[in-house]
Amino acid sequence: MPNTLALTPTRLILIAAFLLCGVIAPLLAPAYQTQLTELLLFIVFALAWDLVGGQMGYNSFGNVLFVGVGMYVCAIVQVGLFYNVWLYTEARGGGTEFIFDESQFLIGLAVGLPVAALVSALIAWALGSLVLTMRGHYFAICTLGLGIAAGQIAAGIPWIGAGSGMLTPNPPDSLGDVGLLLYYLSLGLAVTCALTFAWLLSTRFGLALNAIRDDEDKAEAMGLNTHMAKVTAWVIAAAFLGVAGALYGNLVRFIDPIQTAFAGATIGVWMILMALLGGRGTLLGPIVGAIVFQVTKELFWTYMLGWQRVALGVLIVVVAVFFPYGIVGFFRDRFKDKGSAAEERA
Amino acid sequence: MIGNLQILIDAPALSLQLLIDGILVGAVFALAAYGLALVWGVTNVINVAQGEFVMLGGFITVLCADQGLPPLIAVPIAAAVLYVLGWVLFQLVIVHLVGRDMFNSVLATFGIAIVLQQLMAHVFGGADRIVESGLGSWFFRDGLIGIAKVKVVVFVACIALGVTLALFLARSRAGQAIRATAQEPRAASVLGIETRRVYALTFALNAAICGAAGALAAMAYTIHAYGGLAYTIRSFMIVVVAGLGNLAGVIWAALGLGVAENFAGFILGAQYQIAFVFGLLVAVLVFRNWRLRRKRLTLR
Repeated sequence: MPNTLALTPTRLILIAAFLLCGVIAPLLAPAYQTQLTELLLFIVFALAWDLVGGQMGYNSFGNVLFVGVGMYVCAIVQVGLFYNVWLYTEARGGGTEFIFDESQFLIGLAVGLPVAALVSALIAWALGSLVLTMRGHYFAICTLGLGIAAGQIAAGIPWIGAGSGMLTPNPPDSLGDVGLLLYYLSLGLAVTCALTFAWLLSTRFGLALNAIRDDEDKAEAMGLNTHMAKVTAWVIAAAFLGVAGALYGNLVRFIDPIQTAFAGATIGVWMILMALLGGRGTLLGPIVGAIVFQVTKELFWTYMLGWQRVALGVLIVVVAVFFPYGIVGFFRDRFKDKGSAAEERA
Repeated sequence: MIGNLQILIDAPALSLQLLIDGILVGAVFALAAYGLALVWGVTNVINVAQGEFVMLGGFITVLCADQGLPPLIAVPIAAAVLYVLGWVLFQLVIVHLVGRDMFNSVLATFGIAIVLQQLMAHVFGGADRIVESGLGSWFFRDGLIGIAKVKVVVFVACIALGVTLALFLARSRAGQAIRATAQEPRAASVLGIETRRVYALTFALNAAICGAAGALAAMAYTIHAYGGLAYTIRSFMIVVVAGLGNLAGVIWAALGLGVAENFAGFILGAQYQIAFVFGLLVAVLVFRNWRLRRKRLTLR
């Protein structure tokens, strides 16, 4: 079987065009900058979900756990480097007391993002040995429980604002448009994520993940260290989710423990929907799915005032029931049919 | 937290109170869990919208009370409405999930749960609701222990419903068909059972049970448009602990969960009660897994 991820000239041109679009997009459509940033973060969410869910066959419903952890950890680091977190959350992060100047804000972000990745990865590693030994629906429901438990616990800790949430630091006015900075950081993250996963999936490790998905017992019997591979994939996904969550927190600026950080019924299930919509177990699928989803979501938000969440719920049901192989899967099936027909003719 | 524990040790009457309340609420959990186990066993679909069915049943009681009807009338109404809803959902969605990958059924029913949550929040608002029964309480030990009469009514009604359902499954022709399909769908269909209709009946029956449980629960406990997921998780946990098709186990596990939850809510503080439920789920699953590994059974 040829390496499906090989960099042919056509693909390189496509990737370059894609990157160029990404770089100039916020300049062409400044009104949609926030939505575009969100889209890039959604791409990371979907890709990271798909590494474990699609490629490895472990369908997690609680990946939002790492998003929330990243969000909180980054915000705590951003604040904690310069002020007392307790006083900051008590004052609801506002007022004239807690002002971040340019360097403070940038240093906070520069330190916060890697720390968010690290803490998410550590939590994934610790949980991995416990939950990754479960299979199928036990894993699905267990991760669902983990995500929601985390939100409930965060809502009970006064140090990070408890149920009334936490604000990320206000960027100083002198810094100009911080949204643009967040956009390019997100773009960098999305590109890094896609390239890292493309590389990972082209190695033996990628084959190991697919082997686990296809038949874990057999893979283990062949001498593959399945546990090691599973935990590694889960930790890598968690690190990317942590950084994406940290950026997402700074994008929305307000972290509600249940509605934004550990939002199992929104972001938590949207990332599954995006991966499924685009095509599970492919590299392109989650990216396509995230783009289609973000456009759909914005249309729903614009034209179905108040009913958008209902419409998204219906979309989840429809995709899960009638469209489980996604857009990429749909086109691949058609393409394959043509290919086999050509073979028959020859 | 330690302080709360000390209070419990100093005042045994309070422990007794928590124990009784826990047992009483456990009956509602048992009914929802029994329905989940039924659908899981027969159609191999895990219904994540289970808790939303319970909440919807509760809101039907709220509607009835708003119309000035006595709350107990709401129980058969809720059961009937949910039966129809269950039937429709089965024909539209669930029928496509039977025999498919479990992931699809979890995701699709999660989608149904989100739709129902949002619709309930739209129609009934996002506030906690409860229907006042006006029955009052019994007091013992100079008022140290109070038992709300309505909770006892709910408990007895839930047990009665559960026993009726168990008898229906054991004795009636339709119940036999359900059990036969659960055991071996192919053999059942060879013997002339229309398995698709049995699946539909099972799912609709489960919805009706949940509706009745919710209608009862609304009289004694608060219901909330977004409160369903906790009921789903409780049901799942109870079924995992008890095993499929083990009615006695379901009842014991449900009562145990009710008691554990009440004590945890008191000791850790009420804001952590839901966190405790979800944390306990993780602990139960991890423990189950660890035990199976020790026995070197295949993990499926």
